[in-house]
Amino acid sequence: MRTSPRGLIAGCLLAIGPGALEAQLVTGEIELETRGFPRAPLYDGQLHNNLSLRFQPELYVAWDVGRTTFTLEPFVRLDLADGRRTHVDIREFTFVRAWSAIELRVGIAKVFWGVTESQHLVDVINQTDLVENLDGEDKLGQPMVNMSFIQPWGVIDLFVLPWFRQRTFAGQGGRLRFPITVDNDQAVFESSAGRHHVDWAIRWSHAVGSWDLGVSHFSGTGREPRLEPGMNGASEPVLIPHYDQTDQTGIDVQFTVDSWLWKFEGISRTGIDERLWALTAGLEYTLYGVFDGLADVGLLAEYLWDSRENSLAPPFDDDIAGGFRFAFNDTQSSELLAVAVIDRSGSGSFVSVEGNRRVGDSWTVGLESRGFIGVQPSDPLFALRRDVYVGVTVTRYF
Amino acid sequence: MTSNPLLDKFVGRRLSPMTLLFSLFVPTFAVAQANSAADGFAALSAEERGLAIAEEADRREEGFGDQIAVMTMTLRNRHGQESTRELRIKTLEVRDDGDKSLAVFDRPRDVQGTVLLTYSHAIGNDDQWLYLPALRRVKRISSNNKSGPFMGSEFAYEDISSQEVDKYTYRFLREEDLDGVAMFVVERIPAYENSGYTRQIAWIDQAEYRTQKVEFYDRRDGLLKTLIASGFEQYLDQYWRPGRMDMENHQTGKSTTLAWSGYEFKTGLRDRDFDQNSLRRVR
Repeated sequence: MRTSPRGLIAGCLLAIGPGALEAQLVTGEIELETRGFPRAPLYDGQLHNNLSLRFQPELYVAWDVGRTTFTLEPFVRLDLADGRRTHVDIREFTFVRAWSAIELRVGIAKVFWGVTESQHLVDVINQTDLVENLDGEDKLGQPMVNMSFIQPWGVIDLFVLPWFRQRTFAGQGGRLRFPITVDNDQAVFESSAGRHHVDWAIRWSHAVGSWDLGVSHFSGTGREPRLEPGMNGASEPVLIPHYDQTDQTGIDVQFTVDSWLWKFEGISRTGIDERLWALTAGLEYTLYGVFDGLADVGLLAEYLWDSRENSLAPPFDDDIAGGFRFAFNDTQSSELLAVAVIDRSGSGSFVSVEGNRRVGDSWTVGLESRGFIGVQPSDPLFALRRDVYVGVTVTRYF
Repeated sequence: MTSNPLLDKFVGRRLSPMTLLFSLFVPTFAVAQANSAADGFAALSAEERGLAIAEEADRREEGFGDQIAVMTMTLRNRHGQESTRELRIKTLEVRDDGDKSLAVFDRPRDVQGTVLLTYSHAIGNDDQWLYLPALRRVKRISSNNKSGPFMGSEFAYEDISSQEVDKYTYRFLREEDLDGVAMFVVERIPAYENSGYTRQIAWIDQAEYRTQKVEFYDRRDGLLKTLIASGFEQYLDQYWRPGRMDMENHQTGKSTTLAWSGYEFKTGLRDRDFDQNSLRRVR
C-alpha cells in the first residue's frame, strides 16, 4: 500500500480531529534572495554580495466547517555568507478549536497586535527574527496556550507563554551587524528560570463602528535585549544579550473614515531603572484612481517617540516617518512602497524602498533597498553606515 | 515595513444579486395588481415603478440564510492574454442591514490565504478587514475605493459589493424583449459617494426578476462596460444564481469572466464564522 507522508499525517490528524474534514492544503514558498552592498564592508568576514534561500511550506487541515484547524509551518533559511542567518524555525504548529464564545489555540504560533506601519510597539508576543530582515516584521514561532473569549463588548485574549525565544542576530559573515557579534549562547536572564520563565499576557480588542481598539498587558521576559560587552570562550570580545523581566501595557487605536486611517499606538514598560513610555501616531490617506484611473497612491505619515535618553535610546526616539505606497492594480498586482524615517535631531535616517510584481500565476519578483543614512558617530547605528543594500527576490509559490 | 499584500483589498459579496425587483407586498400596489398589471403600473411614476422592481428582486433574495460559492475570474487583455484568480466566498444574510461576507483567495498563489471580511451596510461605507497571512495581521482598511478595479479585473469594487436597494435611485424605462425573453429595463443611479458611474441600465427578466444585463456609464456618461449574466440555476426552489458573468470594457477592449461553482445554501454558518478570530483560522 502506498501512503504519502502527507496523507499519513493528515490521516492521523483526522483520526483525532472532531467532525468532518473541511479542507486539507499543502502550500508554501521557495525564495531565492540576493543582496548587494555597494559600499565596502567595515568588519572582517563581511562581503559585498550575498545569496540566500528560504523554504517555507505549510500544511493546513480544517474540520467541522473550519471550526477546528491544524497548521504546521516550518521555516528554513540557508545563507551563503552568514552562518547565523542560516537557521530553521517552526513558525506555526497549532491546533485551534472554536466554540460559540470561546476559541482555544495551543502550540507554536504567531500573533500580531497593533495598527501602525513604521514600528510595532504594542506587538510583543513573538520574538523578532531580526536576522531575516531589518524591518523586524519577521517573527519566531512562540509556544503558547491562547484562549479567546468572544463577547458583544469585545474579545478577551489570555496567553500563557511557557518558553522564551531569543532574538536572532547576524554572525561574523553577515552585514548589518555591530563591530563585534552577539553571542546568544551567553544570554543572561534576570529571571532565575531563564528561558523557562512562564510569561503571560491579556488583551481586550473590539471593533465598534469606525473604531478598532485594543488594550493589552504583557508580563514576563522582555523581548528586547540589552547588549552588554563581554568575552566568549576564545577570549574574543562579544556582545551578550541581557533579557530583563518586564511589564508592558499597550493601547492601539485605529479610526477609519472615508480614505483616511488614523492610527495610534502607545506603551508603558518597566525597565531596568526607569519606566519607559513610547508612542507611534499617524495616518494613512489613499488617493484612488490616479494614473489613468487605475492606480492607488497611499500617503503615510507617522511620528515616533520614546522616553529613553541617550545611550538607551532606540533608533526611533523622536522621528518622523513619511512615505507612499503605489498599488498599480494591474494584472500582475505591481506594488511599490517607499518610506523614510527621519530623526528630528539630525542623527540619521532609515530609508526603505520595496516593490513587488507577480510573474505568471505562481511566481513573484521583489526588489528591496534599505539602510541607515547620515548616522552620526555617537549613534550605535553608526556601525551600519555602510550597509545600505539592494536586494532582489524571486519567489515560487506552490 | 512590509507592503500590503499584492492585492490592496477586494470585496467579496453576495454576487448573485444584481437582481432587482418590485414588491408585490406594497399594499396599494398589490390591489392594483389584482385588477390589471398594466393599470397598476400606470398608477406609478417611473421612479416608483423602478423602485418597486428593485424591492421585489430584493424580496425574492430574502431568507437564503447563508451561502458558499467558488468564484473563478478570468481576466483578458485586448491581445487575448488571460490570467486567473480563484476565491471562495462565504456569505451570511443579515436582516435589516447589508450582509457579512468572508472571501478567501486560492489563486494566484502569492495571495493564497489572504482573506477579506466585509460587513456591508445599505447606507454609508462598508466595514472591511483584510487578513495578511504572512504577518498574521488583521488590518482594517478603507472601503472608500468604490470605482477601483477588483484584483485587476474589469469588475469594480462597487460592481461586486452587496446590492442593497437603498444604494441606488431607480427609474423604470420600458419593457422589451432580450433574446426573446420579456424584460424590465430600469435605470439606476448610485446614491452612494465615489461611484465611477453616472448611471447603470439594467435588464431584469419579468418572470424571475433576474438581472440579465447591465450597461455601465462612466462619469462623462459614455458607455464604459456591459455585463451579461447567464447560466442561471435555481437553488432551494427559490434563489436564482448565475453560472457565469461576462464583463466587457468597451473603452479598453479588456474583459473579465466570472465563473461560479459549488453553490451551497443554509450550511449553518453563524456570526462567529464572520469575526476577526475566524480570519485567523481560515485558509
